[in-house]
Amino acid sequence: MNGRDNTGGTSGSNKPGLTLHIPEPPFRPGDPVDYSYLEIPRPDAIARPDETAAARSMVDLAYGLIRVLDDDNRAVGSWNPHLDDTTLLRMLRTMALQRAFDDRLFRAQRQGKTSFYMKATGEEAVAIGATFALDREDMCFPSYRQQGILFARDYPIVQMINQIYSNRLDPLFGRQLPIMYSARAYGFFTLSGNLTTQYPQAAGWAMASASKGDSRIAATWCGEGSTSEGDFHNGLTFGAVYNAPCIFNVVNNQYAISSYSGFAGSERTTFAARAIGYGIPGLRVDGNDILAVYAATNWAANRARLNLGPTLLELFTYRAEAHSTSDDPSAYRSAQERQEWPLGDPITRLKRHCIDKGIWDIARQEAMDLEVAQEVQAAQKEAEQNGILGHGLHQPDQTMFQDVYEEMPWHLREQSEQAIRERALKWPE
Amino acid sequence: MSMIQALNSALDVMMARDDRVVVLGEDVGYFGGVFRVTAGLQTKFGKQRCFDTPITECGIIGAAIGMAAYGLRPVPEIQFADYIYPGLDQIISEAARIRYRSAADFICPLTIRVPFGGGIFGGQTHSQSPESLFTHVTGIKTVIPSNPHDAKGLLIAAMEDNDPVIFMEPKRCYNGPFDGYYDRPAKSWADHPDADVDEGYFRVPLGQARIVREGGDLTILAYGTMVHVAHKVIDEHGIDGELIDLRSLVPLDIATIEASVRKTGRCLIVHEATRTSGFGAELSALVQERCFYHLEAPIERVTGFDTPYPHSLEWSYFPGPIRIGEALDRLMRE
Ligand SMILES: Cc1ncc(C[n+]2csc(CCOP(=O)(O)OP(=O)(O)O)c2C)c(N)n1
Repeated sequence: MNGRDNTGGTSGSNKPGLTLHIPEPPFRPGDPVDYSYLEIPRPDAIARPDETAAARSMVDLAYGLIRVLDDDNRAVGSWNPHLDDTTLLRMLRTMALQRAFDDRLFRAQRQGKTSFYMKATGEEAVAIGATFALDREDMCFPSYRQQGILFARDYPIVQMINQIYSNRLDPLFGRQLPIMYSARAYGFFTLSGNLTTQYPQAAGWAMASASKGDSRIAATWCGEGSTSEGDFHNGLTFGAVYNAPCIFNVVNNQYAISSYSGFAGSERTTFAARAIGYGIPGLRVDGNDILAVYAATNWAANRARLNLGPTLLELFTYRAEAHSTSDDPSAYRSAQERQEWPLGDPITRLKRHCIDKGIWDIARQEAMDLEVAQEVQAAQKEAEQNGILGHGLHQPDQTMFQDVYEEMPWHLREQSEQAIRERALKWPE
Repeated sequence: MSMIQALNSALDVMMARDDRVVVLGEDVGYFGGVFRVTAGLQTKFGKQRCFDTPITECGIIGAAIGMAAYGLRPVPEIQFADYIYPGLDQIISEAARIRYRSAADFICPLTIRVPFGGGIFGGQTHSQSPESLFTHVTGIKTVIPSNPHDAKGLLIAAMEDNDPVIFMEPKRCYNGPFDGYYDRPAKSWADHPDADVDEGYFRVPLGQARIVREGGDLTILAYGTMVHVAHKVIDEHGIDGELIDLRSLVPLDIATIEASVRKTGRCLIVHEATRTSGFGAELSALVQERCFYHLEAPIERVTGFDTPYPHSLEWSYFPGPIRIGEALDRLMRE
């Protein structure tokens, strides 16, 4: 003991004692819900600036909310992307497919066919709207809730399920947690479980593209909780310093597992406003309005392609279901939150818009829902032929040692031989 | 050539041969790096190929990984090994795993250059030897030259390798070989045979140790600066020692180590890094596992102490001729 008082405290002082602020979400289980504190502006409350405008001329965009679909389901205002009917219906179908997929694979986890799953229910517009606005060749550096990119780029869903089951046709040889896809040919970077590591990587990819005179751009996503990670800021620093053609997305779904967004700093400012200190545009977007997501991404992509550098988009949305199959949101948030979320559901909103436009109806919607459910079911059956997690039909043991290095060094060769020997003893043919 | 010139020459040769090679790091562009290893590269190859970065090691390595995923071959410099720690997550969780986790869908050809080691009055944050942190991480390679010829050849091989490489440069040897006698005038590379370095392209393959001096009495395993210190001590003690410069820790040239210890029956391991869980522990275990029945004495380790690198007492910390000499005497008595 050095005799010093290490407990802190007010010893010897007659100044008023300080208090530490610990953020607390507005509602806990059992609380009634009141969203009146949320400011939800009418669409076009902030008009769409020209892509070439200076970042400091559009600071308002970081504090507003870009919306296209109004309360009567009409697409209005200067952000309206004026998409053709075919595109609208393709978006609708892609979101429905993802929802059916998430529901079915979530159940597959409950049935013990795999170890883990993460849904993006209520957030489908975030990744799907963005992907529709990007070019097929642009490179995406997603987090774990942007499976929508793969649906929007027509990645084979059987292959997604093979990966989720870690079965013998899993393209990643059972090495990755379910949903941690990798699809270079689809512009989908290999997923990491470490939050925001993809942020500086996306900036670096975009820098490389720019330095080679390429025309492709990069986009990356993270959750609002993850914006507290150093790599979030590393990515923005690199993006801003080198004017990298990169779109930085923050998916503000209000929750980081059980911690509400206040623990990432939302009590003081918006996540879009993080852009202001970097001197890049920050746009806050209604993430449940796929037309707004499309419009904002398209704006940021145009800006990047004009060599005007990065944009930060905050997609304001709500995580309608659990964080993952290992989470129970009823333990920490009010049951009413989801129903009363004032920005609605992205699929319902687009569906109503299409119906109001006269290009869609309830019967066709029901038929489509059935069709995508059957498509997922058929894919699941096919994938199950190749095995489910823990049921023998997995990879030969030597695949565990491949791809650690390009060539297998002696110590891995020795360990591989050991694994093969042990397997023969454990499971004699 | 000095080691600095040799490293500069390796970068120069590879940037000229392959326009995917880019050099980035704090101060590496206009200024040419705090140790001048990247001097002249920006003038010659332009700012797109050699440029300064913000001061964020995790950002530098993360961005370099993205560049590698695009198809470039980035060579980031971390100013001192002591500052690679903020970048560790990008090295350990990302660079090292991208090939594996994507089943080679994406690869990460990255060469992270980093000066390391003490003996320059750098204090505790400019002197560390963190190589065993990297050798413990599977998926990356750890390479350490000890002289100008190898520095150039190994750096070229590292840059051509499709796996991420941590390339650790013993900065005490940048301007001359160091024999451990800190109180004598520093030598330059001028008359050293290993400083006769070809101007053009050549490579020293990764994973091949070099027998610096053949001998029958005892095997010394060393790398970086400690190769020169150990060499001096063997000569002074008149011991017929076989000195092996490992050159790369991962992949490790186990065949050369094994053949030598089986021949000599004695093994001394020397490194500057702190002792506990240092790379010497791994070497010692490997030798014990593979050569036990050939050993005539216990394996010995000579290392830095398990303290931070002290500023004014750095020569007490440094495993110099006395510490190595005593170990040699003990081993030869058995
Ligand atoms: C570096 C790191 N720390 C912690 C975790 C554990 N973790 C996984 S998801 C998560 C919450 C992330 O919340 P947010 O960024 O808001 O994304 P969301 O899940 O809401 O989409 C945490 C803490 C992790 N994966 N990586």
